[in-house]
Amino acid sequence: MQIEERYSRQILFSGIGSDGQARIAASRAVIIGCGALGAIEAETLARAGVGRLTLVDRDFVEESNLQRQIMFEESDARNRLPKAIAAARRISRVNSSIEVEPVVEDVNFDNIEEIIRGADVVLDGTDNFETRFLINDACVRARVPWIYGAAVGSYGLTMTITPDEGPCLRCVLESLPEPGSGETCDTAGVIMPIISIIASIQSVEALKLMAAQKDKLHRSLVRVDVWDFSISRIDLSGIVDRSACVACGRREFEFLIGSARQVTTTLCGRNSVQIARSGRTKIDFTDLARRLKPLGKVEFNDFLLRFRVEDYDITVFRDARSIIRGTTDQAIARGLYARYIGA
Amino acid sequence: MVIIVNGETKEVEDSIAVADLIISLGLKPERLAVEVNRAIIRRAAWSSALLAEGDRVEIVNFVGGGEIVMPQL
Repeated sequence: MQIEERYSRQILFSGIGSDGQARIAASRAVIIGCGALGAIEAETLARAGVGRLTLVDRDFVEESNLQRQIMFEESDARNRLPKAIAAARRISRVNSSIEVEPVVEDVNFDNIEEIIRGADVVLDGTDNFETRFLINDACVRARVPWIYGAAVGSYGLTMTITPDEGPCLRCVLESLPEPGSGETCDTAGVIMPIISIIASIQSVEALKLMAAQKDKLHRSLVRVDVWDFSISRIDLSGIVDRSACVACGRREFEFLIGSARQVTTTLCGRNSVQIARSGRTKIDFTDLARRLKPLGKVEFNDFLLRFRVEDYDITVFRDARSIIRGTTDQAIARGLYARYIGA
Repeated sequence: MVIIVNGETKEVEDSIAVADLIISLGLKPERLAVEVNRAIIRRAAWSSALLAEGDRVEIVNFVGGGEIVMPQL
C-alpha cells in the first residue's frame, strides 16, 4: 500500500501535512491500559500511522467489556485473551505497516520507567489514580509528555501534561485520593459516548505532540458531561510557579520508590483481588497445570492459566501475577495464592 | 453575596473561604481541584482563600475512570 495514498486525507489536512505525517511515522506512543479509552486511542493512532505503538494492560477480556471496548470481540472474551494481546492483534489487522508491541504486565514502580523509555507520548487508559500518579512521576522525571483521561457515567476529564512547560497532574490534584474512602468500589457504570469524546481529545493531543504542533495543545483541564451536555475548559496557562509541586517542582518522585514486595490490589466492582509480584519471574504453565489438576479445573493458553477451585476463579499470568475472583478480601486472596500458586 | 460556581450563580455567605464552600456543597475534598478567577488554589490555601462578590469558581471533580463511583457536582 502506498503510504501517500493511505494517509492522503490526513496529509491534506493543513495541521499535519507531509512533514507532520513523517514525524508521526517516526514517533513512538505508549498506551497504558487497553480498556475503553485505550481502545479508541490505539485505533486512532494506529490508523493515523504512528510508527511504534506499545499497548500495555494487566487484564484479560471479559464479556462485560464488549459494550464499549471496541477492540475486542466475543471470541476474545471466550478465550480469555489478555487485553494487550487481543488489542495488538486487532491493531495489526488495522494497520500492518506499523510496529505494535503488546505488554501483558501490571504497571508499577518496577517497570514503568522501562515501559515509557524512548516514548514521544504516553496516553492514559488506566482506571485508577495510583497508576496515574505513577505515570505522572515517571513521565515528569523522564520529561515525556503524557495525556490524562478518565470517564465515569456520562462525565469525563482530560489534561495534557508537558513536563517543564506546564503543570503536571500533581500541580492540580495534589494528593492521591484515599483508597477505600467510601465510594470507590461501587459501580456507576459508564456509557460509550463520553469515552469516545475523552479518548478522541487525548488522541488528537497526541497527534499534535508527535506532529510538532505543541502550540496547538489545549493547555487546559477539559471537562465534558454528555448527558447534561456541558463542556468546559479550565485554563491552566496561569500556573506558572510550579515550585511547590512535589513532582514537577521539587522533583520528588514518591510513586517511583518501592521495594520488592507482593502488591495486593482489590479490583473495584469486579469481586476480584489482584496479586502482583515485583521482580522478573516466568511461570511454566505446563508444570503448574500438572500440579493443580488433581485439585480443581485447570485450563491454559499461551498467556494465562485459569484454575477453578471451591468458589474461586484464579487467573495466573506468565509473570506470576494472579487475579483471584470470588473475593474482595485481600487476606483470603493471599492465602489462596500462597496455597495454589506459591508464596 | 453571589458568586459563580461552575457557570451557575450561587448565593453564599460573605467572604466564605474556599474550604467552607466545598463543605457547604457536600463535596469530598480529596478528588477536587479548585480554580478561582482562572487561578488554581492550592489545597493548603483553601482555608485562607476568601471569596468575593462575583468571583468565578470552577470546581473540578477528578474521576478515576473504569468502574469507580465518584460524587458528581
